[in-house]
Amino acid sequence: MKKNIKAVKPATKTSLITYAIVAVLFLIVIIMDATGAMSSLFRGLLVPICTYAILAVSLNLVVGILGELSLGHAGFMCVGAYASAFFSVLTEDTITNAWIRFPLALIIGGISAAIFGIIIGIPVLRLKGDYLAIVTLAFGEIIKNIVTVLYVGIDSKGLHFSAESSMALGLEPDGKNIIKGALGITGMPKDSNFYIAFAILLVTLIVAYNLVNSRSGRAIMSIRDNRIAAESIGINVTKYKLIVFALSAFFAGLAGVLYSHNLSSLTANTNNFGYNMSILILVIVVLGGIGSIRGSVISAIILTALPELLRSVKEYRMLVYAIVLIAMMIFNNSEKTKNLRSSISLKKFAEAKLKTRKGGTK
Amino acid sequence: MSLLEIKNLGVMFGGLRAVDNFSLTLEKGDLYGLIGPNGAGKTTVFNLITGVYKPTSGTFFLDGKELKGKTPEQISKAGIARTFQNIRLFNNLSVLDNVKLGLHNRMKYSTLEGVLRLPKFFKKEKEMDEEAMKLLKVFSLEEEADVQAGSLPYGKQRKLEIARALATDPKLLLLDEPAAGMNPSETQELMDTIRFVRSEFSMTILLIEHDMKLVSGICEKVTVLNFGTELTKGETSKVLNDPEVIKAYLGD
Repeated sequence: MKKNIKAVKPATKTSLITYAIVAVLFLIVIIMDATGAMSSLFRGLLVPICTYAILAVSLNLVVGILGELSLGHAGFMCVGAYASAFFSVLTEDTITNAWIRFPLALIIGGISAAIFGIIIGIPVLRLKGDYLAIVTLAFGEIIKNIVTVLYVGIDSKGLHFSAESSMALGLEPDGKNIIKGALGITGMPKDSNFYIAFAILLVTLIVAYNLVNSRSGRAIMSIRDNRIAAESIGINVTKYKLIVFALSAFFAGLAGVLYSHNLSSLTANTNNFGYNMSILILVIVVLGGIGSIRGSVISAIILTALPELLRSVKEYRMLVYAIVLIAMMIFNNSEKTKNLRSSISLKKFAEAKLKTRKGGTK
Repeated sequence: MSLLEIKNLGVMFGGLRAVDNFSLTLEKGDLYGLIGPNGAGKTTVFNLITGVYKPTSGTFFLDGKELKGKTPEQISKAGIARTFQNIRLFNNLSVLDNVKLGLHNRMKYSTLEGVLRLPKFFKKEKEMDEEAMKLLKVFSLEEEADVQAGSLPYGKQRKLEIARALATDPKLLLLDEPAAGMNPSETQELMDTIRFVRSEFSMTILLIEHDMKLVSGICEKVTVLNFGTELTKGETSKVLNDPEVIKAYLGD
């Protein structure tokens, strides 16, 4: 009996519990939807919750697993959002089936964000700690600011780029101006829905857990724990740092795709793709516990739903939000709750049961 | 051919000549000591031959292959493993994972195979688990396999670090003050472990140590470093009684 408990590795158990939690939440949503118990406010929150959870899990790969502070995560989301929105607007008339168009948009958004992750990662990952945080912050802002002055149009001659105005594109009369600088992109098909967002969240979780519990994941965590020792046993630090950075950017890009295809017009500002967003994602990660993937999901749900639930207290909303944040932080990190959590963990539970059973047969 | 050949190795830090004109030849199976007063440059020699520092003069060969200017990663792959003066374990990972990381370049599968959980993942992970457990048994750490490395007692952390280094299947093992902070009985146990490692893995070992009991107990030969240069070298018992060496340690 005891062997059976030991046969399941603790790491596998952690991931299984998380999958179970997410599956139960999914079922609750389905049931609420079917029975009509869901308010329209709540329905509107479903896609953002998944988006934030994906963002938090992907940032946690960098912050918690690799151990580097990145403050430019919203930048990668921005790349994914814009690249995919551009694609969707461009192909809306040619690929009319959303079930083909949206997966393509997801792939394009994710890969373009991953490419940015690698391009930015190569110089940035030479830095450590605070310096890396500052430079990623700057890169995030650069991406956001470039996007707000970017004009892209298409006509029979191909793509036209400009950083000045729509007129400077010099489009033919039947040309289509897709990215309109500060006005962003308008008229995306509303392809995002809860089911797709949930599926992507699930994929993100599976990839994150499988990565962590593999040879590469161990190598990444060894870099976090002791870089010099990691090098001394022959681990290619640069390679693994880049893998994490690219993967994290990829999922941030997917989140960006979900975000942009849940809106009718996409513009870049501080709150969605800038500094505020990056910090918000970091707050979610820190609150859920750095390195805890399950924590990131739970805290993403709470922190996304909270501001909406607090609408009833009107102007005191942000005050209550801040108090809840502080309370959660204290609660999560106190010794008492840590002990409580470990005492209700499954292994202890099973062991305690075994003990009582043994006592009973005697 | 000698296993390790260090020729006139030297490094400058700014104007400071930390190690100068250091030469050493190790044959396969040697158990060699590197001693000297604090600040003599012993650890710097280790850092030079593991690629942490790049030598500014001289060169060194392992099995006839020149390793000067290579990165720590390349040098590890070439077959030099080390432990550290101030223990450097992966504290948040389990004891087993620490050793499995030592196997990183011996049992491979790609990131993609790991993420997609392809058959190779299960096969290689099983091999790794078995190999790592074998090593842990050698160091009688198998009971602690699932314990976080950082929460092990000091003596066991030292052992784990040696186990991790051995997992890389090195030709040469460098031990940097393995007995530091150990009491006499722990030191005695460590001496047995080092002897055992040497015979069991037919390992060549170069170690830095301040504990003269350990040095005279297990090292056949030693080199004495002082102010970055070699003071003397030879058989341990003779060297330790050399008045020059005693002067270097105790002062005039």
